[in-house]
Order: sequence, then C-alpha cells, then structure tokens
Amino acid sequence: MQEVDQPHDDLHIHGTTPIIEPGHTFASVTDKISSLTLKRRTPVAWFIGFFISFILVQMLLMTITYLVFTGIGVFGTNIPVGWAFPIINFVWWIGIGHAGTLISAILLLLRQEWRTSINRFAEAMTLFAVACAGLYPLLHTGRPWLAYWLFPYPNTMNIWPQFRSPLMWDVFAVSTYATVSALFWFIGLIPDFATLRDRAGSKPFQLVYGMLALGWRGSARHWHRYETAYLLLAGLATPLVLSVHTIVSFDFAVSQVPGWHATIFPPYFVAGAIYAGFAMVIFLSIPLRKFYGLEDFITMKHIDNMCKVMLATGLIVFYGYITEAFFGLVYSANQYESYMIRNRMFGPYAIYYWMLIFCNGVTPQFLWSSKVRKNITLVFIISVIVSIGMWLERFVIVVTSLHRDYLPSSWGMYSPTVWDWSMFVGTIGLFFCLMFLFIRFLPVISIFEMRTILPQADVEEEAA
Amino acid sequence: METKHPLYGLMAEFENATDLVVAARRTYEEGYRKINGYSPYPIEELSEAIGFHHTRLPLIVLIGGIIGCLTGYGMQYYLAVIDYPLNVGGRPFHSWPSFIPITFEMTVLFAALSAVFGMLALNGLPQPYHPVFNVERFALATRDRFFLVIEAKDPRFEYGKTMSFMQSLNAREVMDVES
Repeated sequence: MQEVDQPHDDLHIHGTTPIIEPGHTFASVTDKISSLTLKRRTPVAWFIGFFISFILVQMLLMTITYLVFTGIGVFGTNIPVGWAFPIINFVWWIGIGHAGTLISAILLLLRQEWRTSINRFAEAMTLFAVACAGLYPLLHTGRPWLAYWLFPYPNTMNIWPQFRSPLMWDVFAVSTYATVSALFWFIGLIPDFATLRDRAGSKPFQLVYGMLALGWRGSARHWHRYETAYLLLAGLATPLVLSVHTIVSFDFAVSQVPGWHATIFPPYFVAGAIYAGFAMVIFLSIPLRKFYGLEDFITMKHIDNMCKVMLATGLIVFYGYITEAFFGLVYSANQYESYMIRNRMFGPYAIYYWMLIFCNGVTPQFLWSSKVRKNITLVFIISVIVSIGMWLERFVIVVTSLHRDYLPSSWGMYSPTVWDWSMFVGTIGLFFCLMFLFIRFLPVISIFEMRTILPQADVEEEAA
Repeated sequence: METKHPLYGLMAEFENATDLVVAARRTYEEGYRKINGYSPYPIEELSEAIGFHHTRLPLIVLIGGIIGCLTGYGMQYYLAVIDYPLNVGGRPFHSWPSFIPITFEMTVLFAALSAVFGMLALNGLPQPYHPVFNVERFALATRDRFFLVIEAKDPRFEYGKTMSFMQSLNAREVMDVES
C-alpha cells in the first residue's frame, strides 16, 4: 500500500495508482492466481470461516424443515403486515446481487479496465446472493414443492398464471437474471479452467478442471467468437440488471399502498441495489486481498473507485428518501401519504427510519474525503454500515407502509420471530459458505483478463 | 486423418504476442490457409492475421432474441386472450403494457442462451481431444506462450519446406504435432 504516501496521486488519472502493480508478467499473474487454488495451503482462517458459515447453514436447514412441517405461521408475518421478513430479505439479497453483473457487464462496456480484478468474485457473489434471495419467495409460498405452479406449463387444472401481476414479472425477471448471471460467470471461467487443467498437479483435479474447460485450447478462432459472445452477453446483461430491480420495485409500486405507490421506485431501487452491491463487494474484497496477499491485483485504486461508485449511488438513494419525505409531507396533499411519512418519522418504528437515514444518508458522506477512501479500516466499517442501512431501508418500506394503511381499525404491529431471524442469519451463512468454497476451488480473479491488462499484452504495430 | 500424413501439422512456439502476429501474417501471405494461432488471452490482431474476420454469432444472437421476444409476447397473448380469458380488475384481455416486462425478460433470456450455446457450437466445444494437446509444451498456451500451427492438410504443406519456413519465423522452437 505504498501509494498511500504519495501526495498528489489524485491529480494523475492512471499514472501513480495502478490497477495492477508493476513488474508482473503473464507467468507471474497466472501462477499467483492459480496457486491460490492449486498449491497454496488453505489458510487456517479459511477453515474457521467455513466452519462458522457451515454451522449457520445447518441452522438454515433446521429452520426450513420446521417451516415446511409447520407452515409459515412460524414467522412473525401477520395481517396487516402480510409481507415481512421474506420480502425484506428477498429484496436485500437480490439488491446485493446486482453489483456483480454491473461490474462485469456495464463497466466492461464502459471500458473500465479496473473491473478486471474484481469481476470474478463479484459475479460469484451475485450468484450466491440470488440463490439466497430465491429461497425466500420459494419458502414463503408455504408449499415449496408446488412452486412450479408459478411457471406457465400446460396442466390438468387448465388455468394459467396471471401475467398482469408484478409477481409473475418477478418470477421471469429473477429466473432470467439467475440464468444469465450463471452463464456469464461460467463463460468467463472457461479459459481459466483450461489454465487450472494445465497447471493441476493431481489427476482428479486435472480431470474435473479439464471437463469444466470443455477442451478450451486458446485458439485464435475460438477467442474471436468468445470475445464476441462475451461482449454480446455484456450488452444483454446491462439492460437486464436494470430491469430486474425495476421489476422488484414494481412489486411495490404497482400496488396502492401509501409509501409504495410511487413512480420514483424503479430508479431509486436500482440505485439502492448498486449501492448495496458495491458495499458487499468492498466488504468481501478487503479481507480477500489481505488474507490471500492479493494487494498487487486489488489495489487501492479499486477500493477508491468502488467507494466513489458507492458514494454516487448513495446520494441517489438519499435523494430518493428526501423526495419521499417532501412529497408525502408537502406536495401530495393526500392524507394517507402524508400520514405514512409522519408515521415513518415519528411513529412506533421511527427509530428504524432515523437509523436508516444515519446509515444510508449520513455515513456515505464521509467518502467525499480521499483520506477516508484510503483508510481500509474505515472503508470496511462504512461498507458494513451501508449493508445494514440497505436492510433497514427495506424494513422501513415494507413494515411502516403496511402496518398502518387506510383503515385505522385494521392497524397492527409487526415483530419478527426467532425463526425469522434464524432463517435470515442462515441465508447469510449459506452465502458465506458458498463464497468460501468458491475462493478455495475456483480462481477468484479472472486470470486471462488480468493478462490482457498487462502492458506487454499489446501487439507492437511498428514491428508487425 | 489421411494415412499419407501421420502428422496433424507443425507447431511453432513464440515468446510474445507481437512475434506470433508477425509470424501469422507472414504465414498467411506465404499462402498457407489451414493455420491457427493459440494464445493465453484474446489477441484481436491474431484472428485478423490468420484470415478469420467474421463470425455468424451476432446473427444467431439476433435471431435468438427475436424468437424470445415473439415467444414471450405470443405466450402471454395466447394464454390470456385466447386460451383462458380472465377478467382481472376490468382490464382488457389484451392488456399489452402488462405483457412488456415478461416479453423483455424472455428476449434477453433467449438471446443470452443463443450467445453462449451459439459460441460453444461454432467453436465445436466441448471437444475433449485435440491433436495440439499431444505437444507437451502446449500446456504453456494457457500460461505465457504463443503458438502457431500449420496443418498438414494444407495443400501447400510439405514437411521439409514448411519446417524450414517456420524456423525462419523467429520462433523459439518448431515441433511436430502428432494426430
């Protein structure tokens, strides 16, 4: 981290804070990243982390078992708050899952070369977050073995899903997103599987990586089609990633509940998703670069850039809160809207609202300072606070809007049960468990893309 | 494989991308057409140099996207208007704005699937065996070395002549590739 001492590095765009430390060659990049999987001894911290998350996965499985045998009455979900932890956590996870595709697709199209060091594990993070998100609607149906009823298939009941409902749009959006993210991730991994196949010492690893590499041999014709496919996928994933959280926001915005029925929801949800996703990428990349000695590849430039994205999207989200408050209190002239926002600010759940403003409105403002952005510990803490803030945002939107709507006679209160919490903490365990397995068995940084950003990768045209 | 040529071809190894691209251009100019370059990362100039300019992949993706779009909209139209019309909140049976999100998702899904499987199909992958893997040093093609292969099937291929031509290309080594 020597660049911390350099005084004027903000004045130079690329010069002093490199996206890869100088002195690396194709061989050193390849050997360093592939040795994490193949040669390096698994650090003790990995075993501890994996063990803890594995225990949490067992807790998740116990919760699911109890839930399926008993019914969703084990949750605190009630009437009027008929849509509580399952949707809060679904939206939280799916939001986190947005940064991966954003980094791999949108930043690729914008030719942001720094994305190369972080896109692989951000994509993995996306997949695992979407997997955690997917569990919620599945289990919230109460009869998960009948979840295939959500898909239009010819059936003996002779009826079809209701395509005018945002919940159906959600089914298509999330399943498309999961499929396309998985494909994008796998396609990106193929050349690296080939590298691992050719480096693996033992026969079983050679065989497994060999099968996953599909016989990749780096042929120029293959690369040409591969690059075309990758670029087209990026072009397709870009509108997709924006559409997914837009459709998630439609789940709320198409309804008539005060606090939900707002046209600002799609852009504000998308910005929130990117914000939460980058917070999680920062949260994961800081320990990763430290424990695996990847400071050469995930440099302070990356942390700095991610902080800037977080700041920008955080400001959009904060603008959303201000608009909601202004609209509700001053502009709408609608007593239900106005009551909703006053109830949010001063009602029984006011503490969550003000914590939300602190986490998502105030905290990211520290990122204006380049000193803060260069302080790894502070950045790490801010990323945790932002992740909590984004969870609070969904809690506030869901609970405060539902618990007091039009009819005061049907007002109520909501509090989560121990099973709500065990399921939520269990999905966090599942997420980290999958993340740990990924770090152990797959290259955490895209090796072939790292080769392309080395200066010696370019063909010298004068010679040619 | 023809029995006349027990060889798949000849392979030259290079230490950097520029040498490989220069060699590939010279080989193409020399009239060889059954040639291929191998590199650890994509090199735009290389596919140009071996005379590979266009791929049909974008067309496949376009067709996939159009099919997805029509499938998505057509499915909703058929199910909601023809097969089982249902009055939901007084909306028209053909309430097209509500059909747009799923149509969009299906377009992206079909186009993405065509991009991935189209790319794999055009590349002939998965392909567990290929003669180039018989060369031991070829394992470095996924690390830091660059390779050029002239296939024995090329009409201009003559072992001695081709071998001495390839040796003149600033290659580190020229190797036989058994088929």
